Amino acid sequence: MKSKLLACPYIVWMILFTLIPLCIVFYYALTDSVTGQFTIANLASIGNYLPIFLRSIWLAMFSAVICLVIGYPVAYFIAQCKPTTQRFLEMLIMLPMCMSFLLRTLAWVAMLEDTGIINNLIRAIGLKPLPLIRTNGAVILGMVYNYLPYMILPLYSVIMKIDPRLIEAARDLGCTPRLVFSKVILPLSGPGILSGLTMVFVPAVSTFYISQKLGSPGTTLIGDVIESQFKTAYNPNLGAAMSLVLMVLIFICVAVMNRFGESDGEEVIAKV
Amino acid sequence: MSKELIRLSNLTMTFEDGETILDNINLYINDKEFLTLLGPSGCGKTTTLRIIGGFLTPTSGDVFFNGERINDVPAYKRKINTVFQRYALFPHLDVYDNIAFGLRIAKLNEDEIDERVTEMLEIVSLKGFENRKVTSLSGGQQQRVAIARALVNRPRVLLLDEPLGALDLRLRKDMQNELKLIQQRMGITFIYVTHDQEEALTMSDTIVVMNKGKIQQIGRPEDIYNEPKNAFVADFIGESNILDGVMLEDYVVKFFGRKFDCVDKGFEKNEPVDVVIRPEDIDIVPPEQGHLCGTVTSVTFKGVHYDTIVDFKGFKWLIQTTDYCPVDSYIGIRLNPEDIHIMHKSEYSGLYGDYSSYSAEYDEIADASEEEADEE
Repeated sequence: MKSKLLACPYIVWMILFTLIPLCIVFYYALTDSVTGQFTIANLASIGNYLPIFLRSIWLAMFSAVICLVIGYPVAYFIAQCKPTTQRFLEMLIMLPMCMSFLLRTLAWVAMLEDTGIINNLIRAIGLKPLPLIRTNGAVILGMVYNYLPYMILPLYSVIMKIDPRLIEAARDLGCTPRLVFSKVILPLSGPGILSGLTMVFVPAVSTFYISQKLGSPGTTLIGDVIESQFKTAYNPNLGAAMSLVLMVLIFICVAVMNRFGESDGEEVIAKV
Repeated sequence: MSKELIRLSNLTMTFEDGETILDNINLYINDKEFLTLLGPSGCGKTTTLRIIGGFLTPTSGDVFFNGERINDVPAYKRKINTVFQRYALFPHLDVYDNIAFGLRIAKLNEDEIDERVTEMLEIVSLKGFENRKVTSLSGGQQQRVAIARALVNRPRVLLLDEPLGALDLRLRKDMQNELKLIQQRMGITFIYVTHDQEEALTMSDTIVVMNKGKIQQIGRPEDIYNEPKNAFVADFIGESNILDGVMLEDYVVKFFGRKFDCVDKGFEKNEPVDVVIRPEDIDIVPPEQGHLCGTVTSVTFKGVHYDTIVDFKGFKWLIQTTDYCPVDSYIGIRLNPEDIHIMHKSEYSGLYGDYSSYSAEYDEIADASEEEADEE
């Protein structure tokens, strides 16, 4: 009984700020912006935005994979350190998260601009400036930079939990250090890899600020389009419909990743 | 007798904080032998095992395998496999794949792997469990998987680190017999670590008693029990009453102000010695026939026998007897020459073998073994 009482604030919170807003999104998505009548026109028109949806998903996945490639060795390295070093490195990983997301992205603008720090340096040594900003690469860079900690932390916690005796057992059974990694450590970090990918993919796929600042009109993401429906185009009904579709797409992606992980017999999202 | 397989010579292990874990260990282990490293927790037995397995490098001293120095041979190249404490099974693999792990690393063809894994499953009576997740198995079953996973590689030596520690008493007894049978049938050298003296006596060909990083005694189970070298061994293996005595001459020892015949010789004239009397060797007689007389202060029923504490002139003895003597009764005891065992004085003299604080000591022993089982 008591535990149920303790859950009350959270349940109330969920109803007020998740369930009811979700219903409102549904309502908007399925009504006409002018007449307020029921319609599926909003959802039907989303087909026009298909390339943007696909680009968003593609860029977010690409970023998630790069985060994994960068993040895994870092997480593995931290897990091998002494506890005091570990705490220090953990703090370093978290430190950027303490600074404003906007500020971090604007800092990249200052770096990558045509007259930014990097191009000024390139000019100073007499070379032609590079088109850095307003590219897919810049958007991916922004995503990787901002979301890397969300990859490293779950990986690190999973690697830390691997029983060192399993590693000894693998050595005992004839594994070279490389085989210990591929046969034991990597499979056992599966849940961390999947939750890291999810934690990066989900915010990256719906971001808008990064693409606005570091991208170009050609790299518009679905987050930007949704934002513009509310702010400039003033068509919240279409925006709601897009959010709804995006949500469904995220669910599908996460479910696919989970299914992928189940072959290893480990659940993923539950551990996030 | 079979030939020597492993030799530890002048092995010393000091940890970074300066603590000495092993102090000049010298030991050889014969092929096909069942050798047990026995001692209380922290005595260095597991460290010794880990050095043999290749998981630790000794601070100084050498490890020889078949005459070759293997200090620098990494664990994965040694023809030695280990059954780890708490098993260390791979949670991402099922029973079959756990057992097949070492064979797949060795790149055997799948037909042979299948043959050997199936054979092993039969030996450890786990047929039909091939596709079960290891996390769904009971402790006893996990333990069998761990043994099978090690033995399937047909190692020359199997190291076992308190493998039965987490099992209940009944299962432990069954597994003791099974392990011994497997060892004899497969003809593999077993090096077994335990703090359970009964387990060591039951299973071993040779017992190495260790304490504080030093070997106290090496011998067959009967020798260790009947001829303990010092008070530590006498106390750790079974129960012992240990008294101060003086060896007057060969075959004559004096304690409690009285001369006794004994079967020991080779001591200095009038050398102070420790006298060991096993509680089950003492005969209770009417006071007028007794060598010594005393008053019963406590009786505890233990099933097979009574643990009877008798006060002899202030020194309390433990006597294990099937005869019930009520508390406060006055009894005599007789000691035959072969019941008396004489030991040289050692650093352990006076520390053990006094049952004055009897009940407390029993509790302590019980707590200690429980704690050890709860470790990690």
